[in-house]
Amino acid sequence: MREAVIIIMGAVLANNFVLVRFLGICPFLGVSKKLDSAMGMSMAVVFVMVMATAATWPIQTLLLEPNGIGYMQTIVFILVIAALVQLVEIVLKKYVPALHKGLGVYLPLITTNCAVLGVTVLNIDEGYGFAQSLLNSFGAGIGFMLAMFLFAGVRGRIEANDYPESFRGIASTLIAASILSLSFMGFSGMIDGIFGM
Amino acid sequence: MKDNKLSILTNGLIKENPVLVLILGTCPALAVSTQAINGLGMGLSATIVLVCSNIFISSLKRLIPDKVRIPCYIVVIATFVTIVQLLLKAYFPDLDKALGIFIPLIVVNCIILGRAEMFANKNSVVDSALDGVGMGIGFTLALTAMASIRELLGSGSIFGIALTADLIDPMSIFVLAPGGFFTFGCLIALVNKITKGKAREKAKNGCAGCPSAAACQQAKEGGCQS
Repeated sequence: MREAVIIIMGAVLANNFVLVRFLGICPFLGVSKKLDSAMGMSMAVVFVMVMATAATWPIQTLLLEPNGIGYMQTIVFILVIAALVQLVEIVLKKYVPALHKGLGVYLPLITTNCAVLGVTVLNIDEGYGFAQSLLNSFGAGIGFMLAMFLFAGVRGRIEANDYPESFRGIASTLIAASILSLSFMGFSGMIDGIFGM
Repeated sequence: MKDNKLSILTNGLIKENPVLVLILGTCPALAVSTQAINGLGMGLSATIVLVCSNIFISSLKRLIPDKVRIPCYIVVIATFVTIVQLLLKAYFPDLDKALGIFIPLIVVNCIILGRAEMFANKNSVVDSALDGVGMGIGFTLALTAMASIRELLGSGSIFGIALTADLIDPMSIFVLAPGGFFTFGCLIALVNKITKGKAREKAKNGCAGCPSAAACQQAKEGGCQS
């Protein structure tokens, strides 16, 4: 239990995927303009991250490593993720049209989201077990959602301000992201502090 | 498309710099630019993958069915990424450790997939190779420049050679995550200032090359980069 809390808190706050590890920056900058699309995108990311981990972890440990072809990881993982995203889209469209309506547009974006491939590779690199990997992926997705949620609120406010012409657009967005990231630095020693590691 | 070979080569260097003008490949640009040497290493690794995949895809463009082109591109790119990954592990283990997860993530780097879709798909092998070299060097230059600034301010050195480390205390925030966003934001603002806002218009071209642009547009409801 203690370990589960450490993994989740680490993934959500201390090692936030977007603001500390720099994974999934494109959707973070691109889709964070409106709160509802930011949340839709984040839900899809959480969903695909957990599914992708559930698919790639067994493939790596049961198929690739015993056969000595661990180096095929990159190719196999990206193909599995791409196929999985397609499959999820088809299944949702057929059986859960309501959910497909909400997540549908975001799903194709996720194949090339480095956060998804990133979390599956990190789980293997960190040597996590199956349950730990799922927890870590879930936490990473929630961390992505938290960053998107906070940032969508921040962006609504910066647009209204008066700042130098050169900073208009993506530059001001990045400066705002920098300040948000600064606040997440505050979490960096938290896990050691609470759990005395 | 332009016929002039030289303009294809130089296009990616400054005019359509993938990182600073088209705003592509932001994840590795932010993550590995803590030290100039890492920026250079990442840039060159991505360049090798980009040139090889551009050559390969443009020579296979007649064979790849249009409907499954994106998965085909991904397989080609992933193959070259794996080769680069193994080479780095064997010959530059320190660099491999420093870049870590961002080496396998070259697969999903939008610059490479974007060039495959936008350029290699439609142009001759030679032109695609030149485009790959130009874009790759542009990526390397942007990364190295950004990493040098961050290393100088954050550790007082460039390429590990101490410059101002003894004179003023380095501001270590610049090698941490917030400094990455800040430096990148300032560099883009500088490019906007120099080009008088023209760069911002071109950022939209970057989106056209992205395979998920259509979904992205829908998701954002109007306009690509703000």
